[in-house]
Amino acid sequence: MSTASGSIVDPYASSLETTEGRVFSVTGGDWDSLVTEIGATKEERVVVNMGPQHPSTHGVLRLILELEGETITELRAGVGYLHTGIEKNAEYRSWTQGVTFVTRMDYLAPLFNETAYCLGVEKLLGITEDVPERASVLRVMMMELNRISSHMVALGTGALELGALSPMIFCFREREKVLDVFELIAGLRMNMAYVRPGGVAQDLPPNALTKVRETVKELRRDFKDNDKLLIGNTIWMKRTEGVGYLDLAGATTLGITGPVLRSTGMPWDLRKMQPYSGYENYDFDVVTANTCDVYGRFLIRMNELEQSLRIIEQCVDKLEALVGAPVMVADKKIAWPSQLALGGDGLGNSLDHIREIMGTSMESLIHHFKLVTEGFRVPAGQVYTAVESPRGELGVHLVSDGGTRPYRVHFREPSFNNLQATSAMCEGSLIADVVAAVASIDPVMGGVDR
Amino acid sequence: MKKEKNLSVGHGAFGSGDTGDTSGYGGLVRASASWGSSERPYGSYFDDVVDDLERAYPDFADAIEQVVVYRGELTLHIKREKLVEVALILRNKLLFEMCLGVSGVHYPTQTNRELHAVYPLLSMTHNRRIRLEVSVSESDPHIPSLVEVWGGNNWNERETFDMFGIIFDGHPGLTRILMPDDWRGHPQRKDYPLGGIPVEYKGATIPPPNERRSYR
Repeated sequence: MSTASGSIVDPYASSLETTEGRVFSVTGGDWDSLVTEIGATKEERVVVNMGPQHPSTHGVLRLILELEGETITELRAGVGYLHTGIEKNAEYRSWTQGVTFVTRMDYLAPLFNETAYCLGVEKLLGITEDVPERASVLRVMMMELNRISSHMVALGTGALELGALSPMIFCFREREKVLDVFELIAGLRMNMAYVRPGGVAQDLPPNALTKVRETVKELRRDFKDNDKLLIGNTIWMKRTEGVGYLDLAGATTLGITGPVLRSTGMPWDLRKMQPYSGYENYDFDVVTANTCDVYGRFLIRMNELEQSLRIIEQCVDKLEALVGAPVMVADKKIAWPSQLALGGDGLGNSLDHIREIMGTSMESLIHHFKLVTEGFRVPAGQVYTAVESPRGELGVHLVSDGGTRPYRVHFREPSFNNLQATSAMCEGSLIADVVAAVASIDPVMGGVDR
Repeated sequence: MKKEKNLSVGHGAFGSGDTGDTSGYGGLVRASASWGSSERPYGSYFDDVVDDLERAYPDFADAIEQVVVYRGELTLHIKREKLVEVALILRNKLLFEMCLGVSGVHYPTQTNRELHAVYPLLSMTHNRRIRLEVSVSESDPHIPSLVEVWGGNNWNERETFDMFGIIFDGHPGLTRILMPDDWRGHPQRKDYPLGGIPVEYKGATIPPPNERRSYR
């Protein structure tokens, strides 16, 4: 980092002249030279780029702040740094392969992406009613576990960004336990492609339900650590109460859903209002707050953890009653004939099944080959399905032209829409409150940019 | 079902037009028929929604081109000139408070209606969902913006502009949002290639996904 004259200056705070005026690059370290240099200019309006690489912007989010002193007069969010073209790529793969793409969108809530997508494919196929109950219960259980792990990241990183280190350690400790369960059941901790059109990839391994029960017990016990640290904590309250205000009218017009909408007192939860995967059969409450602020959203996430645990317990009970039931639709034109199993090196075809199709059943082999390489055809048409992800309404718009590959896959990502609220939440507030407001929205850039 | 339209046309068994197709199905032409207008009764709450809209909006017959019910979902195909009027009535009179963005679809075979914009609407008051669909031609890809009606459509319209090149007239700042500002073309159009490079693995070369032999 050198100036035009070539002399070495402060490596943490260099400056250069542009047509837009003087631009300073700050990377941390000694701020004195920056303060001196800015003080020497006559400029009163300062535009600050926060991100796209910044420890407290939840990934590659760029916030463009116009400041007057420490007050924000204008805020714009810049996104697109993590655009991966998943929607385009999905048009070049079979309907089943689409699952492995969409699971990578919102990487903190992979099971919600998968379920929303699969519900859409099933609706197009007209087999929504044929999905076996055990598969639906497994989906619900995995989604609720996923809600816990996602909320743990939201709370942990949110607290970390406001300077509270211990909650992050507790939250990630809890998240690890959930990820261990994912690894046991699906073979992977993230991006597991566990939910497939027609059901789930494989049944539970032995002793999985015992492990889930133990984990629920441990989580319920250990969530108290965070409760004690944060709820009612004076410093925490001062950083979050009345900060990032957004009321119901604002949330509705901006299309905000999820905990941010529920923090305005609106009890809108798709699990209750438009149930899918059998959510109408579970006993749980919709958590709301009426403070419209960061503290309300924090409380909602904390209390949703307990509701998720309640649902998981009911799932385990149901699964115990459904031992041996199928986890994939009976239609052999959709369900893969393969029998996946967890091996020592991860998920794969069970050896018994390979022995059967290679050695004894030519037809199974042909069928397997056709379904895996060609895939199944989906009737032409379009559908929109939505699930309640940890961040709000995750909608999928699917179009089929009757072929073996999606004609169009569009995800209505809650993070993408909710991020638009940052301007409304932050303009007029202090720069420190931006961090709290963004954390309360809980955007995941993988979902925003897709 | 009245109007039948072709969504897309597939050729051959594998989609490969060259000599690589040894299946004997190379000359096969397969057109996939799409849905047409539905007949009443539409079922569910859809009749109520359409009746309410007809009562509240005198120009209904002129503005609504098609009413389609498919897989338990209602789609209203609307003329683009009337989109904002209909949207305002749907929001104010029928209480569809929320618009869940806009999704573009490109149908290159539908002459003069190549580009579609699809708006899923949600009424939290009545717990109902409907969908609006507007189609325009590639040569005149203009659709009035709904940002004035539902502010949350701002980024979604920018995304659809970015990906499909649909120009939303009246949008406060219609710029690219996901692709770089100086990007050329609109990646989600069907004539835009996926791209990719061949990968060599243990001596064999695997072509990029869009050039592989595939079933269509």
